[in-house]
Amino acid sequence: MRVPVSWLAEYVAIPDDLDELIATLDDLGLVVEGVERVGVGLEGVVVARVESIAPIEGADRIRLATVSDGEGAVEVVCGAWNYEVGSHVPLAPVGTVLPDGMQIARRKLRGVVSNGMLCSSRELGLGDDQSGLLVLEGAPAPGTPLTIALGIVPDTVLDLSIEGNRPDAHCVEGVARDLAARAGVAFAPVTPAPPLPSDGAAAAADEVTVEIDDPDLCGRFVATVLHGVVVGPSPAWLADRLTKCGMRPINNVVDASNYAMLELGQPTHAFDLDRLGGHGLRVRRARPGEHLALLDGTEVELAVGSGALGDTGEDLVVCDATDVPVGLAGIMGGADSEIGDATTSVVLEAAWFDAMAVARSAKRHGLRTEASVRFERGCDWTATTRASERVVELLALSIPTLTVTAGPVIAHGTVREPPVLHVDAADLRGRLGVDVGLDEAARLLGAIGFEVRRDPDALSVTPPAGRPDVRDAPFGVADVAEEVARLHGYSAIAPRVPHWPQPGGLAPLVRVRREVREALVGVGALEAWTATLVPLDDAVLVGDESERVRVTNPMAAHEPVLRSSLLPGLLRALRHNVERRQGDVALYEVGTVFTHHAVADEPRLERAGGGGDALLKVPAEHERVAVVLGRPGDDAVRAVATWRAIAAALRLADVRVVPGARDSAPLGVHPTRWATLLDVATGSVLGVVGEVAPEVAARAVPTLEAGRRLGWLDVDLLALGDPARATRRDEAASMPSRYPSSDVDLALVLDEAVHVDDVKRVLAEAAGEWCESVRCFDAYRGPGVPDGHRSLALRVRLCAPDRTLSEAALSEVRAAMIDAATTSLAATLR
Amino acid sequence: MAAPTFDDAAVRAHAADAERRVAAATDLDELDALDRELLGRGGQLVAWRRELGSLDEATRRELGRALTGAATSVGGAIAERREALARAAASRRLDEDRLLLDEVVDLAVVGPVERGHRHVVTTTRDELEDVFVALGFEVREGPEVETDWFNFEALNIPPGHPARGMHDTIYVEADVEGTVVLRTHTSPMQVRLMEAAAREGTLPLHVVVPGRVYRRDTPDASHLVEFHQIEGLVVDEGITFADLAGTIQAFTTAYFGEDIVARLRPSYFPFTEPSAEFDITCTICRGARCRTCGQTGWMELGGSGVIDPAVFAAVGIDPERWSGFAFGFGIDRCAFMRHQFSDLRALTESDVRFLRQF
Repeated sequence: MRVPVSWLAEYVAIPDDLDELIATLDDLGLVVEGVERVGVGLEGVVVARVESIAPIEGADRIRLATVSDGEGAVEVVCGAWNYEVGSHVPLAPVGTVLPDGMQIARRKLRGVVSNGMLCSSRELGLGDDQSGLLVLEGAPAPGTPLTIALGIVPDTVLDLSIEGNRPDAHCVEGVARDLAARAGVAFAPVTPAPPLPSDGAAAAADEVTVEIDDPDLCGRFVATVLHGVVVGPSPAWLADRLTKCGMRPINNVVDASNYAMLELGQPTHAFDLDRLGGHGLRVRRARPGEHLALLDGTEVELAVGSGALGDTGEDLVVCDATDVPVGLAGIMGGADSEIGDATTSVVLEAAWFDAMAVARSAKRHGLRTEASVRFERGCDWTATTRASERVVELLALSIPTLTVTAGPVIAHGTVREPPVLHVDAADLRGRLGVDVGLDEAARLLGAIGFEVRRDPDALSVTPPAGRPDVRDAPFGVADVAEEVARLHGYSAIAPRVPHWPQPGGLAPLVRVRREVREALVGVGALEAWTATLVPLDDAVLVGDESERVRVTNPMAAHEPVLRSSLLPGLLRALRHNVERRQGDVALYEVGTVFTHHAVADEPRLERAGGGGDALLKVPAEHERVAVVLGRPGDDAVRAVATWRAIAAALRLADVRVVPGARDSAPLGVHPTRWATLLDVATGSVLGVVGEVAPEVAARAVPTLEAGRRLGWLDVDLLALGDPARATRRDEAASMPSRYPSSDVDLALVLDEAVHVDDVKRVLAEAAGEWCESVRCFDAYRGPGVPDGHRSLALRVRLCAPDRTLSEAALSEVRAAMIDAATTSLAATLR
Repeated sequence: MAAPTFDDAAVRAHAADAERRVAAATDLDELDALDRELLGRGGQLVAWRRELGSLDEATRRELGRALTGAATSVGGAIAERREALARAAASRRLDEDRLLLDEVVDLAVVGPVERGHRHVVTTTRDELEDVFVALGFEVREGPEVETDWFNFEALNIPPGHPARGMHDTIYVEADVEGTVVLRTHTSPMQVRLMEAAAREGTLPLHVVVPGRVYRRDTPDASHLVEFHQIEGLVVDEGITFADLAGTIQAFTTAYFGEDIVARLRPSYFPFTEPSAEFDITCTICRGARCRTCGQTGWMELGGSGVIDPAVFAAVGIDPERWSGFAFGFGIDRCAFMRHQFSDLRALTESDVRFLRQF
């Protein structure tokens, strides 16, 4: 909301230091988002009358204008063409500095001396028009300062952000009231003194009828009837204020209405009485299918729901006495009863409409007007009469012949019964943590129009009708406390760092996530952040045809689904880097993937809807850790090694890499180079390790070097963090032996179906308590090894806690291991 | 008119023989050779077709049809065989490629020498978490897909409330339209945590909730559709606005440094009363006023307030005994303020030149 400082100054003393004013407004919650200086730098600019225009030899775009500045003739070279002899235009004489900092000097153009500059609106900082000179209307006397001719008062205009719970501050008076309360000075609101009805004037009720059919949506309707109206321009000072507030002056009737709204926050609307069917007004809900042509030239279809949540499809309209809609209540008037040059009789509407009703209609019709913005936040129904009187008072300034009929017609609907809130010192201290004192609280609240009764130990507080945000008891007490805190000043509440006996800490999953990240960073991976909202093609890329989780209003039309895998996003990130010749990189991401409730193993049910009473199926979420390895030499083996780094960091006890069958490979994964990660103790699958399927890699990263393998690891983070699924190693540590160890190497030929971990286990068990470790250091296929078999080279390290093992003991163990491998694994010694 | 040197039966026989040979081809080279021989310019079918011009119209039409049919069926057989051979070749390649991952040799892989990097949002988040843990907060997390109840209504934002419009919500398809959303803030976790604590009798709560949130906003240098927030929530006995102010000041100093202070300004959120936005000293100019802070010396960081009694009522907490405060602010924005990069969108591009700096 734009507020000229000069207007505020009519109510309260404004500090000379603008920064001080801004700081005060910020602290009151009326945040200053912009500061504009208007009319500054125009001091030297005067009105000039064009006396003659002459061409300049050799120039076809500029001419020499001779103007009179009231003291004599001045020759100025000018490039504009929208003026003629007799025009009145702004002249910036030599030496003037214009608002944009331009300094006017005597210049020579094409051999002709120019003694100043004739100016456009843009050059004067008065508008955007730079198509030609600002041609002044009304033939002001040459030599008149431009600011006087235009009625411009040099001013500072503040752009304030008014919060949704401050409908009362959505006007100049409201802002000034806050400032006065903060300064502790008395505040005098505007008291309109409109011309009285002349003796024997007709009563408004004889000329116009007002009916409220839907009292729930229209709490009050005040209709004032005016005769002798002469439509014309507004006084210059009034038009100037409107302009500064960002509104375009239209005519004296409309301008008076707008001015009163900016000043008091109460919108009003003027109808041409003679164009109003049946000379009456009726407020009712629109019927489906009704149409209304609006002031802005558009036509709206009424009472058709948009289907948006909370939209009842209702529209409230003001009709004439023949039941034809003539205005969309609280938003915009109709075109048919618009004030025109021929208007002589006016019905002025000042009404209170339900905030939600106006909000719904304004949103559905895409009409956000100065009036609707104010009604949406909630207006003050008691302000309707005062606003009407203010409009009449303002109008009388430009229409001496204005006659007012006696007694406006006032129709009553339902208005809120203001609550009486009992606030004691504990209420304030308990919420704010500071002792403001009940007397001070009473003073602060009283200063902004709250009715306060000082009881012995409490205050009985009634908010003004303009504060619908202050709720009934018990919640309203908090609203009152906020007002006290705001006016007292947040900065005046001493901060206190709270303490409690409970220690802080990370949730277990947060800790696990950090450990996983550290492990991945340790093996050289970079963390990527890829989007949750992805294209449909992502699923196609990996051949996924299951149902996607769609969003109904995607930001980008090509990204309408929630990701179901981290693979496409990471491949896209890899592609970004490959295309920039920096693709030798391992990327990882820890992120959520989504599963449609129709295909989720266990649909997630959540409370939803009004009151949270319904149970609704929502998409399942799974947090995953995924790594794509794209460095030279990266492959499934490196992916397994990467997994081992994570397993080691989390101290996982026994997770088996189980080679996967070719026909059950996960989507996008190389069918013959993949494995599941199986927690042996619990039987839980923790994830998948392997390579990206070559054709998927080629599609996703077209410029990938031929033959480059992409290692792939995709793990369920929640499973990793769950001891019931990912078994942790015992925390008890074993003491290393002080005696030397010995190695026994074995080469065993085994069926490929025998898992290497089983071989290790069998050997370890056969070796007994002396076994320190079993490592597989080679796998061989070829001559001497039958098809479907492999030869594994294993090294068993043996060590006794209390002595050096003898050759005899080692041989015994070796024999026992061979025996076990042969009998339980059908191995042959190679 | 000459007499044809072949008849319909001969064409059929030739085609049948050709298809047998195609089916017997064992590799792509052999099949290519057959393709040339059977359908190429030197092939029998083409030779016969050359004769057609000299035949009477009826015969020409009859034999022409036979030749076209034969060429089509042989061509089809070749295409089919080619596809089968390609499939077999691909399958063979996969077999050759086969690797049993249980036999990955222990200690065979030497790790890279270069260390990787966590994402700057992660490092920022971890640091913020650590600051709050030190202040006595627990770090908890919640879902990204939420219902209207948790994201709005329980936070005192009923349907049609203007605040819903301001949130630029992204809706997820659901059985009831408009009820499932991508969370627009981390505040729904306030509701989940308070409801659970009230139900299980585990109050007080001193929690921060970091996580990803979503707004339907056009991305630019300072806005992302997907971004991260951290939410703070304290529900305990005797908690007031002064505690909120003290917590925010303590956090600001701990994270941004001794010379950075916070200020609270009145604001409006439906789920807190009083509500406050909080600004911190501009981290660029340290309060000396610069372009980044719009010559104010302050930077806007987040929103906060004392929990509204209506929210307590919705989650079943006794407002006579308990009171609390909540706050929330952007993690990405903290990273942005500290590291002073010019465009938030760099965070989501995963360009390694950017990632390696953190």
